Amino acid sequence: MSAAKATEGKGTAVDPLSLDALRVIGQELDGHLPDVHPRDAWTDRKLHYNLVNPANRRRFKIIVVGTGLAGAGAAAALGELGYDVEVFSYHDVPRRAHSVAAQGGINSPRARKVDNDSIDRFVKDTVKGGDYRGREQDAYRLGEEGIRVIDHMQAIGAAFAREYGGQLATRSFGGVQVSRTYYTRGQTGQQLEIAAAHALSRQVAAGTCKLHSRQELLDIIVKDGRAQGIVVRDLVTGKVRAMTAHAVVLCTGGYGNIYYKATLAKNSNASAIWRAYKRGAFFANPCFVQIHPTALPLMSQWQSKKTLMSESLRNDGRIWAPRKKDDDRDPNDIPEEERFYFLEERYPAFGNLVPRDVASRNIRERIDAGYGVGPLKNAVYLDFRTGIERLGAKVIRERYSNLFDMYHELTGEDPFQTPMRIAPSVHFTMGGLWSDYDQMTSIPGLFVGGEAGWGYHGANRLGANSLLSGCVDGWFTLPYSVPNYLAGLLGKEPLAHDDPAVTQTIADVEARVERLLSVNGSHGPDYFHEKLGAIMDRYASVSRDVEGLTKAIGLIRELREEFWRDVKVIGEGDRLNQELETAGRVADYLELAELLCVDALDRDESAGAHFRTDHEIDGEAARDDEHWCFCSAWGVPAESGPDAGKHIRNYEPLTFVAVPLQQRNYK
Amino acid sequence: MRLILEVWRQDGPQAQGRFETHEITDATPEMSLLELLDRLNHQLVEQDQDPVAFESDCREGICGTCGIDINGVPHGPEDNVPACGQHVRSFHDGQTVRIAPFRAKSFPVIRDLIVDRTGLDRIIQAGGTVAVDAGTAPDADTIRITHHDAEEALDFAACIGCGACVSACPNGAAYLFTGAKLAHLRLIPAAQQERSKRARSMVAQMEQEFGPCSQIGECALACPAKIPLRAIAAVNRERIRAGFRSRSKEN
Repeated sequence: MSAAKATEGKGTAVDPLSLDALRVIGQELDGHLPDVHPRDAWTDRKLHYNLVNPANRRRFKIIVVGTGLAGAGAAAALGELGYDVEVFSYHDVPRRAHSVAAQGGINSPRARKVDNDSIDRFVKDTVKGGDYRGREQDAYRLGEEGIRVIDHMQAIGAAFAREYGGQLATRSFGGVQVSRTYYTRGQTGQQLEIAAAHALSRQVAAGTCKLHSRQELLDIIVKDGRAQGIVVRDLVTGKVRAMTAHAVVLCTGGYGNIYYKATLAKNSNASAIWRAYKRGAFFANPCFVQIHPTALPLMSQWQSKKTLMSESLRNDGRIWAPRKKDDDRDPNDIPEEERFYFLEERYPAFGNLVPRDVASRNIRERIDAGYGVGPLKNAVYLDFRTGIERLGAKVIRERYSNLFDMYHELTGEDPFQTPMRIAPSVHFTMGGLWSDYDQMTSIPGLFVGGEAGWGYHGANRLGANSLLSGCVDGWFTLPYSVPNYLAGLLGKEPLAHDDPAVTQTIADVEARVERLLSVNGSHGPDYFHEKLGAIMDRYASVSRDVEGLTKAIGLIRELREEFWRDVKVIGEGDRLNQELETAGRVADYLELAELLCVDALDRDESAGAHFRTDHEIDGEAARDDEHWCFCSAWGVPAESGPDAGKHIRNYEPLTFVAVPLQQRNYK
Repeated sequence: MRLILEVWRQDGPQAQGRFETHEITDATPEMSLLELLDRLNHQLVEQDQDPVAFESDCREGICGTCGIDINGVPHGPEDNVPACGQHVRSFHDGQTVRIAPFRAKSFPVIRDLIVDRTGLDRIIQAGGTVAVDAGTAPDADTIRITHHDAEEALDFAACIGCGACVSACPNGAAYLFTGAKLAHLRLIPAAQQERSKRARSMVAQMEQEFGPCSQIGECALACPAKIPLRAIAAVNRERIRAGFRSRSKEN
């Protein structure tokens, strides 16, 4: 840590884009980790949690924002326990949250087979896959609770695939050599999300959860150092209103849409977590962005997003590019010896199932080197010929039918006849709001779950660990840790709606909405979003360098200034107005993007998905454990003083006991 | 490609609606119908006109958010494909394409192409759920489900809740939706404890807000999740089964 601190500037820098002008080192953070072996941490912590008497639970109001796996799970579980839960979502119904689009599966170290799986091995895979930039203790909790997650989700309706003996079926995923991924064809996220959303519906019918749909969170109410409510805008009427409570739980997903065209749903956005950050919640590791190796490439100008092709396809699909540059032949006409199965050759131990960051960089390397295929030469092949020959088309169809159909629908090509064309795309953000072991952010009373948080996945998430973390956070972590916080508030009423903190926060939100509406510039918000995406894709993607990141920060600042001078938001604020929604989200991206790049510039090492070209060994990410074995948790710059305007980088040191630090090696 | 778009505009649930005509001159065959609407909105914003309000989210056919009617057909000309997967290549140069919200009495228009489909959620709330609290489920490996039953359950569980079935039905029935849920949960062991109770309450709620089955099968053709038409039979089978059982029996 001392060396990291030593890099702090002495105030002599004049370049406003130099690191010392951009950031200042803050405080060391306490993750409130149990003082026992990581393996025993969760048991120990649960034993020390305070409880709330069942008769007192209905006196506590909890706001849950978001109805994905984490949000719907947390709301339903807290409702089942008897708390008074208020659930907010910008969707029309809970089931649409983006967890629904996850395809491949959910990991669980149930270890029923004799392939030598265990919780310890799960932790090893997760920590190592995350390149030692996540919390070991969190990974243990994920593995431990992950076992009963499958039981629960099956019981509430998720139709997991079954073997002919009637037991649960599993498959393998990247970065792992055992088979611990449970699935329902290529629509596991859908089945889990519908089960969770319907469990929430059960609580809505029972009256323990109240559902507020088509409401977007625009601010957090903080008073006396505690999160005590939220301010939302009704997306239909435009009315801005507040809701106060004893605790607030944010399960609002990741910020990958900052890149404009990603695999995320169109509405997924960063506003909830960014508003929380602006109110004092630290933002952890914003530069850890996962670029998924197998998405559909861009094929035309108006293509609105990229579409994921599940990692599970790499079980039976083989990735290759032609050995000859600019090879225009039909892929089926390219003989075996002229195909370069580059992952299998470069990583014989893991082959096509190397972790996502490794796969993405290798695919991008092939494309950039001129071996790309397809009309825009921006893809490589994912080929099922060997799998079909080995297993038969029927088995392949059972495993992936909906993915093959989706590909066919989108491209007009049949993967049974011709290999898929795939390319890397932004997909998941490992960074998010910093929280302690109890999933409480640096604002007491504000909790975070799912992709909106950080912790489990370090610098790279393993496939099928995100559905797991969403489910575990929602069903089996927050229902323990939130009551522990509430127990200390017994007898306290939620903040009154006429409290100055409430009325001021509402006024702040209304002023911001008004500001967006009154610029009257010449371009819609999408115009700026697209420009931002181009900057991020170019300078903050699969590989990064100091020069590019510095340039990006300057460009982002210019674009932000241009946005507030020239954005055009058509229509009024007191009605359904999708341009206004987009404008607010883009305004937040323009701020978060700068922090992301500052974090990437600051983190002077490569780790997982954060690949700095000045830190590599044989093309692999070279970590610097001596100086960077910590989580960066960014705070809002001070408004005045010697460090005014500088991003404040706090840090939580990471220690590894069960999985000692070592360089990743998938060869 | 040049396309003439006749798009439904309506300011609110009570407001009078109308079709508005716009021309797109640079449509391309690989554009999805939603991307065509994106293109139109981009053009409208440039001309300082109010863009068309429409809903979409995942744009991969799984979230069920997009719900528009193309030339009188929910989602568009291709059977069993959601609007986000329908493409301009289905149309010819110069064609007029009429874009309207899902039409059904139980789906009131909120604005332009956005409708309120929460009636479907109320059917789920009535009983499409499983009364198992977090942490109380038995080991899922000890409860055997045959490979066939798991696959069959998934065929029905694949419903994306878009409401195209209701819109396609001349009676505005929600049989395909309700039947899919009943047929799915019938095959999940923990859910079998409330099988009769579920059938009674879901069907009662369905009949309160949606019309009777028209028996013509348009719903299954429009369904982007390819829910089998057998789901309709499941409604009647489950209802009749529940009817033969004593009302005190929940399973």
